[in-house]
Amino acid sequence: MGAKSAIAQAIVERLDGYDFALAARGCSELEPFAADLRLRNSCEVELFEFDALDFGALARLPQQVHERGGPFDLVVLAFGYLGDEHAAQRDTDALAHILNANFTGAAIALAHLANYLEERGAPTGIIAISSVAGDRGRQGNYAYGSAKGGLSIFLQGLRNRLAATSVHVLTVKPGFVDTPMTEGLDGLFLVAPPERVAADIVRAYRQKKDVLYTPFFWRWIMLVIKSIPERIFKRLKL
Amino acid sequence: MLHCAQHDKQVKFRLLHKKIATSGWGLYPLVAASVQRARYLSDLSRAAATPILPQGNCRSYGDACLYERVVSTLPLKHLLDFDPQRGLLRAQAGITFAEIIRFALPQGFFPPVTPGTKFPTLGGCIAADVHGKNHHAEGSIAAFVESLDMVLADGSLVRCSRNECADLFWATLGGMGLTGFIYAATLRLKKVPSAYIRQRAIKTANWAETYRVCTETQHEYTYSVAWIDGLQTGRRLGRGHVLLGEHADERELKGKPPFAIHGDGRWAVPFFLPGGVLNAKSLKMFNALYYHRQVRRETNALVHYDPYFYPLDAIRDWNRLYGRRGFLQYQIAVPYADGAEVIADLLGRIARQRVASPLAVLKTFGPPSEGLLSFPIAGYTLALDIPLRDAGTITFLRELNKAIVEAKGRVYLAKDAILEREDFAAMYPQLDQFKAVKRKYDPECRFRSCLSDRLGIT
Repeated sequence: MGAKSAIAQAIVERLDGYDFALAARGCSELEPFAADLRLRNSCEVELFEFDALDFGALARLPQQVHERGGPFDLVVLAFGYLGDEHAAQRDTDALAHILNANFTGAAIALAHLANYLEERGAPTGIIAISSVAGDRGRQGNYAYGSAKGGLSIFLQGLRNRLAATSVHVLTVKPGFVDTPMTEGLDGLFLVAPPERVAADIVRAYRQKKDVLYTPFFWRWIMLVIKSIPERIFKRLKL
Repeated sequence: MLHCAQHDKQVKFRLLHKKIATSGWGLYPLVAASVQRARYLSDLSRAAATPILPQGNCRSYGDACLYERVVSTLPLKHLLDFDPQRGLLRAQAGITFAEIIRFALPQGFFPPVTPGTKFPTLGGCIAADVHGKNHHAEGSIAAFVESLDMVLADGSLVRCSRNECADLFWATLGGMGLTGFIYAATLRLKKVPSAYIRQRAIKTANWAETYRVCTETQHEYTYSVAWIDGLQTGRRLGRGHVLLGEHADERELKGKPPFAIHGDGRWAVPFFLPGGVLNAKSLKMFNALYYHRQVRRETNALVHYDPYFYPLDAIRDWNRLYGRRGFLQYQIAVPYADGAEVIADLLGRIARQRVASPLAVLKTFGPPSEGLLSFPIAGYTLALDIPLRDAGTITFLRELNKAIVEAKGRVYLAKDAILEREDFAAMYPQLDQFKAVKRKYDPECRFRSCLSDRLGIT
């Protein structure tokens, strides 16, 4: 889900031996990407129209994929919407859009997919891209950050629930990645290429890690940021 | 700190700026640019609304790939279709030759024409109508391009070929990105028996011999090129090695895997060498070592395509060897008539000026393509790296340009950063035709580059 995301595409390029169901908004634009995958990997690729804000339609996605492509055993949730944080302070529609795309839509989609995978009973998995922004609220991106933080907690609970089953859940918390989402933004540092992040993700999934910070140093950066007392943190301009 | 506009996977972390300093492979000139990345066809249509330059992997040397607003086509890197019967590959413009080889070679196909590095994009190679070591036998890449899917200034998607919109097709091959975005191209690949080249190397003592061996042997070999020690004068002027090549049969491989793919470069230049390290003295030593490496007059060897076609790709960021000031690559072509004398004269002047570099490359060109601004003309071509020291270097090369104009020769735009307008117009007689086609498809002159502004094309 969110197959137009640069991270999702880099993950897909790293997964040999899979067939793919690519779900995205305006999925016809993924036709060249799909053609490339078919030629290079001799795999099957199907495209699905998908909108995280269309909550009702999310219930049908697992069945649609199952019917057109057969049973599936790995779900990658990669969509995200950064939005305009500044606008979201005044315009609650903009705020709702950020919250719905990053949290509500993601959680509903995951709920349906987790049920599907649990019922399959085979060794399966979920990789969901959250964000380091969800680790602590900052004035610069707390709409996006709170939605991603909510998603991280949702995934924690889901992992706890599915721990007794054969469904593995990996939460990915990337730092700044060089993707269309961050293109042209100011104030970014240590921007990682999506290929590197994807390599980390695929490795972590194979090793059955639960939470991945990528690149690795974000774990330490966020540890420092999380440990600053709120009395001090509230005055900082991070 | 210099931020190249390349988005190679090798770049570990990159600061994102709204404007970044961009340069071609020669690291000169530097141009502050806003770089947008095109991921989908629709991005190209939108970008065509304002003055813009399509940009590939910035492997041209001078300012052909530079402008204040560029659209990087590197994310448009997908294979679209492949017909293994006819070897027809349709791919998006941002795919590099390295990726084309990675896909096609295991199926027994190779790019029919390849420049001396595998990192340029398909679109960039078409825009420069690139040639390889086989130009004398097989022509430039234009001969193998079946059709182009282009996004024009009005945002429309148009297919052009020898039969449809032929004027646009021949203006785009060699047109330096000035006619529109190349979205995708269909290229006829070459069936090859293996990943290896049977190489014959002949050591020559002076220009007369280099010239004679080149001329005599080229008709027998698909690939032919000569490396010349550009720092020798007098009786050693023009000494070098003539390197001839042919695709090797599977029988000759002695058990090597027939279609082994290139690996990643083993060596990298992690920082800029101080400007003066590569000076006339150290280079002369380097050249002497290189020249005498081969003791016998003639050797035969089986060489993998990667060291054969792309020796410098083994050293990542080798352009940093010339220091922060960068370098110019000077490549000219002159017709066969008087060509040998013109080249000998040029080699002598460059050696006396003591500006040249280890790499002087000579080869012969066959008949030209129909590309209106295509570089190759039947004759000789010579390419040299010229480290940039001071303004004198540029003045000196501009003087050489006058001699090239007189010899009815020309300078390769994909390598140029210093050519002057009047010399350019004299070198490329089909310029007016090109301008007319450009006016037809891009009436508001939206596609432009630092090069096109400098040379008065736009």
